[in-house]
Amino acid sequence: MSRRVRVNPIACEAHGMCAELLPERITLDEWGYPVVDEKPVSGEELAHAKRAAQACPTFALLLERPR
Amino acid sequence: MSAAGTATRTQRAPVGTPPAGSLPRLLAGVSEDGGRVSVTRHFSVHGGLPLTGARRSWGRREHPPLIEETHRAGLRGRGGAAFPLARKLLAVAAARGPAVVVANGTEGEPASEKDAMLMELAPHLVLDGLVAAAEALGAREALIATCELDEDATDSMALAVEERDAAGIAPHHAPSLRVVTAPGHYVAGQETALVSYLDGGPALPTFTPPLPFERGVGRRPTLVSNVETLAHLALVARHGAGWFRALGTPASTGSTLVTLAGPVARPGVYEIALGSSLESLARAAGGTTREVRGALIGGYAGAFVPAESLRGLALSDEHLAAHGGRMGSGVVALLSSDCCPVAETARVARWMAEQSSGQCGPCVNGLDALAGEIEAVARGRATDGRLEQLSATVARRGACGHPDGVVSLVGSALEAFPSAFAHHARGGPCDRCASVPELPLPAGRVASPRSRTRRARR
Ligand SMILES: Cc1cc2nc3c(=O)[nH]c(=O)nc-3n(C[C@H](O)[C@H](O)[C@H](O)COP(=O)(O)O)c2cc1C
Ligand code: SF4
Repeated sequence: MSRRVRVNPIACEAHGMCAELLPERITLDEWGYPVVDEKPVSGEELAHAKRAAQACPTFALLLERPR
Repeated sequence: MSAAGTATRTQRAPVGTPPAGSLPRLLAGVSEDGGRVSVTRHFSVHGGLPLTGARRSWGRREHPPLIEETHRAGLRGRGGAAFPLARKLLAVAAARGPAVVVANGTEGEPASEKDAMLMELAPHLVLDGLVAAAEALGAREALIATCELDEDATDSMALAVEERDAAGIAPHHAPSLRVVTAPGHYVAGQETALVSYLDGGPALPTFTPPLPFERGVGRRPTLVSNVETLAHLALVARHGAGWFRALGTPASTGSTLVTLAGPVARPGVYEIALGSSLESLARAAGGTTREVRGALIGGYAGAFVPAESLRGLALSDEHLAAHGGRMGSGVVALLSSDCCPVAETARVARWMAEQSSGQCGPCVNGLDALAGEIEAVARGRATDGRLEQLSATVARRGACGHPDGVVSLVGSALEAFPSAFAHHARGGPCDRCASVPELPLPAGRVASPRSRTRRARR
């Protein structure tokens, strides 16, 4: 199973939790909004990604099925 | 607005199939003085709309014949993205539940006049296309969204619906037709913003998925098509794919409406064959009146093309791609050599930044910073590499395509006018910076609403 990490930019309020929990995939731009590497994640990295998604206070980090 | 612009004028076209390779198509029947085509004149010029019966008459695996025909015609959307109409129709047809069809006539693009003109002069062609799409999709509800600031277009569409009711020409299974006025800000015409508004919400884009074809108006599968796209569909339904393809190129089929602005004798809306030359368009408009420095093609989400590249330029996506451009919303705005391309880019970029709906951080902050940096370049206070860096930061990070349009505009300006940008970056304002602005912008009439306001952090 693999998932694509995506941000809902309307929901995102730049709390920045995701970049702390998934630094290998997410950096923050100069205003604090996440810039995401959209290559699919799987395995252990997916577990980290799930934790990051759950930690987002506005549920703006999504794990989508690759299209 | 005038019809002064119809590239070819019709005398009185006979009923039946008009010659395939000739113009006008959409504007056939519009009189010399730019008179509106009434319901009687419409059907006498174009003939009746052949309807193929309700959707139920096809088997599960069959596509309605009109969708097949549209696919063969190669008809692409005229609202900006040039998406194949047949693919969108198929997606709506495949989604569960009764469909809704929407004609997008909101035309928020400041330089574009073609949708308003089409609705003013040939409203019944738009309605025919909407009825044909509704029929192919089994939709019972059809909406025409106009811009609340454009009363003439709105009135013409409303009158067209009344004319049909009075003439009693609607077949019993025809969809109900309703005209809705949408707010005038730029992003209100983006398809998810329009769906949100038609559903009683704010005219602001929403996160996707779901796209309108999956879940649109009333949570039902929804076709959102530009009014001009639907007008072409009305002619495909009548005359077929072969007729449609007799104009245009193999990849960009048919005719298209363009709004020609700038230093020409008769600016306005013209119907041209896709792939025809910019020179022939300028000739039809009485020629240029001043020396031309370049053109903005495709609208404010389009691309600048420098004067050197305009000679021999063909107006179609495949030809414009070489210049990073596309037909987009059909705007062809010529810039005279009296204007400063850096100042023009700065004005438009600032206006576009102000049109952000304020929902996405990267769009709000990024477009403000991008516009600010172009203003800095114009004043001679540029930071090296900053425009490129900001463009890369903003691209593809909004919920809708608005930021990407601005990135395209800015990137193409740098490519088209490298010496002007370099000159300003080093030496500050030029003599022309203060000359009369050329690219049209609304005079403060449309502010973008910002629902949950997010202010740019400067
Ligand atoms: C910021 C933004 C503004 C838009 N404004 C319009 C508009 O005013 N009119 C329009 O037809 N399409 C507009 N579009 C495109 C629509 O989202 C949609 O793609 C189009 O209406 C579909 O019609 P078509 O497939 O017939 O081109 C806009 C898109 C964006 C990203
Ligand atoms: S990208 Fe910009 S215009 Fe589009 S929804 Fe987000 S904030 Fe609004």
